[in-house]
Amino acid sequence: MSAKTYPGFDAVKAHGWLAAHKWLLVRRAVQLSILALFLASPLLVPFTGEWILKGSLTSSLILGAVPLSDPFILLQSLLAGHLAAGTALIGAAIVLVFYALVGGRAYCSFVCPMNIVTDASLWLVRRFDLSKGWQPGRETRLWILASVMVTALITGVMAWELLNPVTILHRGLVYGVGYVWTVALAIFLYDLVVSRRGWCGHLCPMGAFYGLLGKVSLVRVSAAKRQACNDCMDCYAICPEPHVITPALRGADGGVGPVILSGDCTNCGRCIDVCSKDVFAFDVRFNNASTDDKFNDKDKMISTDRHAA
Amino acid sequence: MGEPSTSPASAQSRRRFLANMARAAGGVGALSLVVGLFARQAQSLPAQALRPPGAGPEADFLASCIRCGLCVRDCPYPTLSLADIGQDVPVGTPYFVARRAPCEMCDDIPCVKACPTGALDPNLTKIDDADMGLAVLVDEETCLNLLGLRCDVCYRVCPVIDEAITLERHHNERTGKHAMFIPTVHSDKCTGCGKCERSCVLETAAIRVFPRPLAKGRIGEHYRLGWVEKENKGQSLIEGIVDLPDRLPQNSPFNSGATLGGKGK
Repeated sequence: MSAKTYPGFDAVKAHGWLAAHKWLLVRRAVQLSILALFLASPLLVPFTGEWILKGSLTSSLILGAVPLSDPFILLQSLLAGHLAAGTALIGAAIVLVFYALVGGRAYCSFVCPMNIVTDASLWLVRRFDLSKGWQPGRETRLWILASVMVTALITGVMAWELLNPVTILHRGLVYGVGYVWTVALAIFLYDLVVSRRGWCGHLCPMGAFYGLLGKVSLVRVSAAKRQACNDCMDCYAICPEPHVITPALRGADGGVGPVILSGDCTNCGRCIDVCSKDVFAFDVRFNNASTDDKFNDKDKMISTDRHAA
Repeated sequence: MGEPSTSPASAQSRRRFLANMARAAGGVGALSLVVGLFARQAQSLPAQALRPPGAGPEADFLASCIRCGLCVRDCPYPTLSLADIGQDVPVGTPYFVARRAPCEMCDDIPCVKACPTGALDPNLTKIDDADMGLAVLVDEETCLNLLGLRCDVCYRVCPVIDEAITLERHHNERTGKHAMFIPTVHSDKCTGCGKCERSCVLETAAIRVFPRPLAKGRIGEHYRLGWVEKENKGQSLIEGIVDLPDRLPQNSPFNSGATLGGKGK
């Protein structure tokens, strides 16, 4: 790794730049398309007849027909003492089912606008080899998630939504940028100088919420060809949650299956991109038979979770 | 699990577990406190910010509105907007300022229909039943009608004309021979749409819409209005009361020379 300048160098040599960045490009395209659709829908009404996407990430409407609502927000609302009307509940059910299929934190890597901000920060941290700074425990976000819900319960209002930088940023981008850039800047600087991957990886309660969903979601990254691994460590270097890789990539001896089961994995696909040996690929969680299997499925799940925790 | 609980390793891990739990609980408590206190401070609503039709009391609204902006999108006028950070209105919530753009009182109430959570009450089907606030003639010194002129604009633009705002005729003491037409708001009919405030011709509006708790007084529970009670009962509440003659000033136009009969009106 000494002669290299960045993770994915070998993959670029082996597969070309485009192939070594395909999931990154797909993610950026999805993130920007979602923003663009929220913004451009009124202009497209002459062609589509309806707004393609209306509202914001907390609740929206596709083509005036399909409601989507954020279950994290609705849970706060419920604890604050309001049972949402049917439309929002249907919307939340659709969102829950969707992310239960594509991976809980796929929200973080493919949808959340803050991802672009924190990725930019992480890129700079890597580029200039900055210190990783303060690293609170990974479970911190779960405690913050608990705090958010407790506060809603006690105050009777959605207190977190007065602070939530994710929804504030997205709303600002869609409804007119006022001071929202300050929120993006704050998170950017926090990730840059205080704590590497500090927001998404350690604090964000929304990510923690979708991470819980990710513990059961269907589509997962699998280190299916892990025997081809040449220990270049590029996947660890690029991964926003590197601890999720170990059980799957190194678990063959312990009889652990190759699928990354940790809910922390955002299904961003960058490990797939940067691996010159094509170790990783998207798969479903049930395709988790260890090649040198001596254990039954249940044991594997348990030991994987223990590794991830 | 299978190990005896007295083994040093398990005792140590239990201690560590308990310490971690205590730390986490403390952290959750502290953070909840900070966020909760911030929320208390941040949820006060300035008087000129009005909620869309169908919004309940402010505390309920902040528990039910998920700040998606669908009401803003479906409002056909530039009335509703979402609060930005740094504003006095809780961030992301919809509001309007009557002087800038009042509620146009659409018959089909699209903002209420757009709300996915019911924060804008779907049971509100008649816009005349909306209660966004209450108009108050706050400045009797500058209102043109109170100066004896016939401006009447607030009365004319009111969507519930002659019910929410009426013109009450009073004697103009200054000229001695003219009438004044006082714009008078009736709280049971006023929807708080803000069209009166918007169209007030003064540099700064003399009639303004406030959230109802700010605009409305409340009479003491123990008060009994004699004339109302009398009407309800159909007769005087106290039997056999001695009704003395009413005396009027010497040169009153109602004074026919003698004292009026004791029965009054």
